[in-house]
Amino acid sequence: MTDTFQLDGATVPFEEGQTVLQAALAAGQYIPHLCYHPEFKPHGSCKLCTIKVNGRTAASCTMPAGAGLNVESDTEELNVLRSTLVQMLFAEGNHFCPSCEKSGNCMLQALGYDLEVHTAGFRHMYPDRPVDASHPDILLDFNRCILCELCVRASSEVDGKNVFALSGRGITKHLIVNAESGLLKDTDIALTDKAMQVCPVGVILKKGVGFSVPIGERRYDKSPISAQALQDAPRGPEASGNCDACEDAP
Amino acid sequence: MPTEVGLSTACLDPILGRHGHDASNLLQILRELQDCIGYLPADAITYLADKLAIPRVRIESVASFYSFLNLQPRGEYRVLFSDNITDRMLGSAELMQQMCQQLWAEPGKVSEDGLVSINTTSCTGMCDQGPALLVNGRAITRLTHQRVQEIGQLIRNHTQLDEWPADFFRVEDNIRRSDLMLDNRLAPGEVLRAALALGADKIVEAIKQSALRGRGGAGFPTGLKWESCRNAKGSEHYVVCNADEGEPGTFKDRVLLTRQADLVFDGMTLCALAVGAKQGFLYLRGEYQYLLEPLETVLQRRRDANLLGTNILGQPSFDFDIKIHLGAGAYICGEESALIESLEGKRGVPRNRPPFPVTHGYMQQPTAVDNVETFCQSVLALHMGAEKYRAIGTEKSAGSKLISVSGDCPLPGIYEYPFGVSVREMLQNCGAVNTRAVQVSGPSGVCVAESEFDRKLGFEDLPTAGAFMVFDDSRDMFEVARNFVHFFAHESCGFCTPCRVGTSMLKQTMDKVAAGHGTQYDLREIENLDRVLQTGSHCGLGHTACNPVLHTLKHFRPAYESRLKSLDFEPAFDLDGALARARQMTGRDDAGAHLKPEGA
Repeated sequence: MTDTFQLDGATVPFEEGQTVLQAALAAGQYIPHLCYHPEFKPHGSCKLCTIKVNGRTAASCTMPAGAGLNVESDTEELNVLRSTLVQMLFAEGNHFCPSCEKSGNCMLQALGYDLEVHTAGFRHMYPDRPVDASHPDILLDFNRCILCELCVRASSEVDGKNVFALSGRGITKHLIVNAESGLLKDTDIALTDKAMQVCPVGVILKKGVGFSVPIGERRYDKSPISAQALQDAPRGPEASGNCDACEDAP
Repeated sequence: MPTEVGLSTACLDPILGRHGHDASNLLQILRELQDCIGYLPADAITYLADKLAIPRVRIESVASFYSFLNLQPRGEYRVLFSDNITDRMLGSAELMQQMCQQLWAEPGKVSEDGLVSINTTSCTGMCDQGPALLVNGRAITRLTHQRVQEIGQLIRNHTQLDEWPADFFRVEDNIRRSDLMLDNRLAPGEVLRAALALGADKIVEAIKQSALRGRGGAGFPTGLKWESCRNAKGSEHYVVCNADEGEPGTFKDRVLLTRQADLVFDGMTLCALAVGAKQGFLYLRGEYQYLLEPLETVLQRRRDANLLGTNILGQPSFDFDIKIHLGAGAYICGEESALIESLEGKRGVPRNRPPFPVTHGYMQQPTAVDNVETFCQSVLALHMGAEKYRAIGTEKSAGSKLISVSGDCPLPGIYEYPFGVSVREMLQNCGAVNTRAVQVSGPSGVCVAESEFDRKLGFEDLPTAGAFMVFDDSRDMFEVARNFVHFFAHESCGFCTPCRVGTSMLKQTMDKVAAGHGTQYDLREIENLDRVLQTGSHCGLGHTACNPVLHTLKHFRPAYESRLKSLDFEPAFDLDGALARARQMTGRDDAGAHLKPEGA
């Protein structure tokens, strides 16, 4: 018999070692999330998946599932928090959805629609983030980076390359690449790398293709992100689980 | 600016040798490399990555996290003015401006001749003898216009720091009231010898009975922590002393490490005996680098006296030693799990908890992390016995507490009180008059207004890590809060969205209000940001970052409202101000070069 916990009144079974978010997604129950990826160990930085357990808030992606927990997620208070966090991420970077190749496939945009973020809410910070177009096949548009660290993790854990890392502190934190020149062309990244596939927004892009799937027919155009919980259910790791370049602790 | 690879490697090879080519010493290696070259050149990082066999991107990532490490060339003299509110109240901003003018430098930039870079830094822990600054990492206190003038002259003459007047670097202890801790006359190792006869279990039991609680602010029961650490399974156990005293307005650990270093190390050794540790670390904040040498001397004396090393005091297989690790300018490293990350040579980002350091700490092994003062108190508690110790202080707060008093009072300095002393009594003792408010326990603590001066220090009422900043009725509490908000934005590690973005937005909004563009809408936005920070943040920094604003809004709302425009909305930027650059370029400042005449 597996143990269970309660999520907004529904019973969710879990296995030893699963976090609340992992168990919920595996059971087809959606909790909004952004920096979580089904193939990697969660680290809990975006805080979109914040839930309330016994009156205390916690990131559900890192909170261990426990028998009998009473978890609140789909409440007005938490959804307001989530939409505010999405607004903060939009204000922190430079996001222009209509011209972005990731539009329709972008998790940040999809969450914005799903959480009914209709206005900016905050003054935009308009950071100065030059793109890196040095690599012949790959473009890095740092303007859209939400610092989720998935590319860092994928490159280190799966590709064994450590192409990416986060640099700086606080609001100056930003993505850097593994080269003395600071340019992607001087790294050993390849199109076949796992790091090419995991960006939830439009930072890491393949050059030479654009809008090959028309807007309107993309992943989140077909059904909202909240209706795709099972696709985010945890799956077997391709990863070694050991990240040399990651910011968070094991 | 290209560097000579030869220079880098000439510096690096001995440093690497000293640190055993071990990447977990990365922060210490980077600090020493910078001491040698003045900054961390790109080619040196590549060389280091190769020698340590780690990705260079990781080194850059770590180096960029710490304020005192520079990836770009800085001036030959690197001057950092302490920017705590107490320094500002003593005129630090004007002094910095004076130095910039004298040396033709712009804040935050290297002077054209490469001679000097001048900037601000978070509180350097010299609040009772400010304004203070750091020059190439060394603390200078009691700044005046004359002293700044002299410093400027020394810099202009390229005078080596060793030849600067010793008086500049003099740091006073300013002990104003002492009690059991500062009055103790215990010989080094005296209590340790008695503890050896007791054995580990009885030590833990005695500390539990004494009701000793952590002095870093949170007040976790120390005996329970040691017991959990002792019982946790691991290949090694570690003891860590948190001397990363970064909370603005706090400087009591500096005085303890100056006056009572043996008591601190006795406490750490006692803890090692209790939890079964062979290795201890003292994490010393970078601002206190000048204490490194005297502390190393004390450690060596203790090794020579067999108070450290192998078979301590003749006890077979009781082996323990202490290593000092210097921080590099990151307030967040005062958080115990961030401190451990930093000890491991990483970015100081707080870990996800559970698991807690007592089971998974340094190198994922059981680790007891305690404050400097907690270690001192543990020795006294054991020496006095639980009953006598518990008789001091209050029911839930046993023993004494060091308070760092600064701000508007004639007698700033260190006061040791039994817990339970009232704010009013402390104000009387330090001679403060016409006091408007006291910030207890630093920016992350509580702002206490006059109506609450009968509140008492202790875990029952006003818990404190030790800061006590006094503001008299000439002070603008809005500006106090704004200084603290800037501090949190600067010190946010940036790991989680709410704190990374929220603290910066809070700063923007407070600046907007300060510039006279604030509206009721902005006060609502402040409250909105406060909620996000409190409910969503990853660690205590984010949770408490809004405290200064919440508390001052509660007590001193008029200080905010008097600055507001009565409009519902007002743009953040000043339309006329936006033309400033055009005016500067054209050299015009007449009425026609302004959008509208003043006051129209």
